[in-house]
Amino acid sequence: MQQIINFFIKNSYRLLFLLLLGISISFTIQNNSYHKSRTISSANFVSGYAYEKIDNINKYFSLREVNQELAEENSYLKQLLYNKKDTTLIAPIELPSDLTQYKVIQAKVIKNSFDVYDNYLTLNAGTKDGLKEDFGVINSKGVVGIIDKATQNYATVLSILNTKSQLNAKIKNTNHFGTLTWDAKNTGYVQLVDVPRLASIKKGDTIVTGGQSVIFPENIPIGKIDKAYTDKNTNYYTIRVKLFNDMTNVGFVYIINNTKKEELIELESSYNEQ
Amino acid sequence: MNSNLLLNIFRFIVLIALQILVFNNIKLFGYLDPFPYVLFIILYPVNSNKSLFLFMSFLLGLTLDMFGDTGGIHATASLSVAYIRPSIFKFSFGLSYEYQTIKIAEKISSERISFIVIAVFLHHFIIYMLELLRFGLILDIFLRTLLNTIFTTMICVLTIYLIKPSRR
Repeated sequence: MQQIINFFIKNSYRLLFLLLLGISISFTIQNNSYHKSRTISSANFVSGYAYEKIDNINKYFSLREVNQELAEENSYLKQLLYNKKDTTLIAPIELPSDLTQYKVIQAKVIKNSFDVYDNYLTLNAGTKDGLKEDFGVINSKGVVGIIDKATQNYATVLSILNTKSQLNAKIKNTNHFGTLTWDAKNTGYVQLVDVPRLASIKKGDTIVTGGQSVIFPENIPIGKIDKAYTDKNTNYYTIRVKLFNDMTNVGFVYIINNTKKEELIELESSYNEQ
Repeated sequence: MNSNLLLNIFRFIVLIALQILVFNNIKLFGYLDPFPYVLFIILYPVNSNKSLFLFMSFLLGLTLDMFGDTGGIHATASLSVAYIRPSIFKFSFGLSYEYQTIKIAEKISSERISFIVIAVFLHHFIIYMLELLRFGLILDIFLRTLLNTIFTTMICVLTIYLIKPSRR
């Protein structure tokens, strides 16, 4: 016993090092595995608060651009509204709450990263605003990411510019699905893989979110086709998609809550069990 | 002794604030962010509490991981560099470094530059290794490590000059 205690006293420095090294490496490995498993994230109140204060100052420098963007989106929505064929439908119809499938929450990005391999954004809204893990995040131009972790006041978003991100996407007006990934090379481009060779694609075709996704509604724009390769071994296309969104400049975002998600997941999992 | 501790705590906070506010937004060539927070590890006094030093370095890295959403990468790198710092000292200043009461900040000499370069290189190498390991981009790791080592070293040396001008 004495010897064990002596050993600990003698090697306390080395043991402390090994302990701390173990902790930090376990954090690193945790971060590399599937998302939502992270312990350390910028959604806690210390870093969230700091980023919010920094953003409060920063946002004054981009007021003009943000206003411009919002005005453009407004004019687009107005255009949709005025061009509606059925003029009797102008009066808003209050749907009962259990009939609306998607709820939209608004938030502001207070921290954005795009220069590393696993990029995350931080939002100034959290569980108290109704955010939860795995809600979709979009802005006026297209998809931004998926909520990764939410605390009371803040939330982190797994950006589509993250090598762990995998979204279901399809070519607009067809039903050829693929998986949207990122090869970490360029912030303006993402990759759509596993698209069957039968799909007829052209440069400039629009890529939108697919109906298989339980997170996003169908037909939210993502980008357009820039280049397509065929894999020699498989019969699948790999498509390089130019994003509509400038991911280096994201301000206000909308969070989409699919209220029917649990039902859908339950239904699908009941299939797998049989 | 007490003022030394206070100075280091002050340095700890200032370096974290600078890293988050300024240096994380530099993005040279689109992807290079220098990490001058290693200055904390470089400038920490030689003959002081070693365990506290390890723990402070770990905390420093962990704070930056928290702000940068990088898991435990910075914590691992800072901790490792703090642990092997005596060996780097031995390499750069010779065996009897402990008796010389070196103050890195006092004057820039070739020995001190070599110490800073080695410490910064190791730190950056560990960071980029951990960050990129699962993608198998060896060339990219080395390129980023080299470029960023040069960048960070420059900022570190300049900062030392700025804070402590040689008294002549």
